[in-house]
Amino acid sequence: MEEKQLTTDILIIGGGTAGCFAAAKLGKSGLSVLIAEKANIERSGCLAAGVNALNAYIAPGHRPEDYVEYARKDGAGIVRDDLLLTIAQNVNRITEELEALGLVILKDEEGRHVTRGWRNVKINGENIKPLLAKAARTQKNVTVLNYVNILDLKTVGEGEEKRVAGAWGVSTRERVFYDIRAKAVLIATGGAAGLYRPNNPGFSRHKMWYSPFNTGAGFAMGLRAGAELTTLENRFVALRCKDTIAPTGTIAQGVGAKQVNALGEVYETKYGLSTPERIYGTVEENRAGRGPCYLHTRGIGEEKEQDLLRAYLNMAPAQTLKWVEQGGPNSEDVEIEGTEPYIVGGHTASGFWVSTKRETTLPGLFAAGDVAGGAPQKYVTGAMVEGEIAAAAAAEYARQAELPELDMEETRARLAEVEGHYSASEESLRAEDLEEAMQKIMDEYAGGIHTDYRYNEARLAVAKERIEALEQAAKNLPARDPFDLLHVYELKERLTVARALIAHLAARQETRWHIFGENADHPERSADFDCYINSRMEAGEVVTLRRPLVKGGTYEHTH
Amino acid sequence: MSIRIEKTRCIGCGACTNACPGSLLILQEDKKAFMRSPRDCWGCTACMKVCPVEAITYFLGADVGGRGSRMTLAREGVLYRWKIQSPAGAQREILIDRRNSNKY
Repeated sequence: MEEKQLTTDILIIGGGTAGCFAAAKLGKSGLSVLIAEKANIERSGCLAAGVNALNAYIAPGHRPEDYVEYARKDGAGIVRDDLLLTIAQNVNRITEELEALGLVILKDEEGRHVTRGWRNVKINGENIKPLLAKAARTQKNVTVLNYVNILDLKTVGEGEEKRVAGAWGVSTRERVFYDIRAKAVLIATGGAAGLYRPNNPGFSRHKMWYSPFNTGAGFAMGLRAGAELTTLENRFVALRCKDTIAPTGTIAQGVGAKQVNALGEVYETKYGLSTPERIYGTVEENRAGRGPCYLHTRGIGEEKEQDLLRAYLNMAPAQTLKWVEQGGPNSEDVEIEGTEPYIVGGHTASGFWVSTKRETTLPGLFAAGDVAGGAPQKYVTGAMVEGEIAAAAAAEYARQAELPELDMEETRARLAEVEGHYSASEESLRAEDLEEAMQKIMDEYAGGIHTDYRYNEARLAVAKERIEALEQAAKNLPARDPFDLLHVYELKERLTVARALIAHLAARQETRWHIFGENADHPERSADFDCYINSRMEAGEVVTLRRPLVKGGTYEHTH
Repeated sequence: MSIRIEKTRCIGCGACTNACPGSLLILQEDKKAFMRSPRDCWGCTACMKVCPVEAITYFLGADVGGRGSRMTLAREGVLYRWKIQSPAGAQREILIDRRNSNKY
């Protein structure tokens, strides 16, 4: 297959929200910047469909510290105050920058942003991704490499001297292999969907909350390159409209709809109103035989129904179509369910273990957005703040770093691995089938929907063994074309993330966050686990370690 | 849910193939866009928003309640005109002014 060598000062892996904004911010850095994106930055990543609100914003009368406090409480203490503060101090400025890029934000008569609660502004965000993509691609020093899937990070040196040196990738459209050398790398590949059997496992298997194209590639690459991850066990489960997996918050907060069970009883007050509590209540009501559960919208009136139909067209058109096909929210309550678990650092605290500059434990590698850990509830604006911080730090690093030497031996080995998939003759297995097998294992043995998010040590041991077996089988998967090859590598990434997740779930021997992780062996919270669970890969094995909570002050790496 | 390409309308401009976040759309030799994996569609409608000729229809899979209705999108300046057609032929239109933000 054809080989291409590229060099750049800064390589950005993943052209989603954080990656595009980081590139835009590097526009005046004087450094060469290359964004590698497996689709096309125009609409790739989580924001392809748009977003209906900016959920990280601080309304007048509140301080950044209030945001930190809120996120810490929601994360039951397992968060990084220092990272959260850097985000909270900047989200309002970022909101203004988004407006300057062309985003429509609702304003009152005096020109102030209209907030929903104290942390949220209302927008028309259906075109937010094209706006961010434009901000990135119009910078003269930024090159966009669309349709290139990065497979792994390159490193040079050993021990204390080890640092990132670039990445290898393959085209998703042609048989081309890329060897990219970089002085610094900013990873912004997003979180992981598709690890667990989804709500709709059949034809609509990708009708899910998080982007089904986000595989957790960054977690997998980071682990393999020797970087440290944190808090993967803090999975995220969303409360969604049944089947369409459309948001429920817009209905609950927009028209004040309450959660009711099949008997018509309002149950949300019984369990609490935080996101996990709303799902926990729904699962418990179903377990008690009082389901299905609904958002009580019947009788909201024609006008509100029309407003909801329009609001959902901007972010989840499937819901609008369903309402039109089967009766709208004014005539029928909206059934709700919890999704399968995801690993997503923009909502919970999972991801790379980073310093306040968003440098990972692998020197020269910086992380931002859903792939960066420790700072939950960052959402769109927080991911952009992280993109900005990581971009500045990567630039500082790149300015003093030398371009690494070519390492042809490692590159030959990677190329041979890729070519091995193209020439594989194994015909009984396909990536799609192994993916289904992985999702089934995770669902049944690692706390998916099947077990109401519950797991125990015995089940996790089964999951570990079976996921490892699938990893072996995946080595021989055939690929007929670049699209097939993309799926082979996406599967391999997910399997690595699944294995790391299982190790994290097993290490936290308590139940810290109902629904996000129900440890049946240890159903209560334990002060012994007032710590972070981190992980690294050592000789191919995922090993976990504990780190003390960072409360007040800032954490910096000591490598 | 997924999308379908209406081949008679498609002009082969390739805009949708660049918009799909899952790289699911390609141009075939007949210069028509082709959805190579309907089951892998996220339903984000990015392709519909860039198609200049309304050649993409959106539908719900039967497993999530779809009963044959189809949705198309026309761009008219600052407006998005969504059209939903039921199997019985009933048509409904919803206009979205892109300058307005979400009320909720």
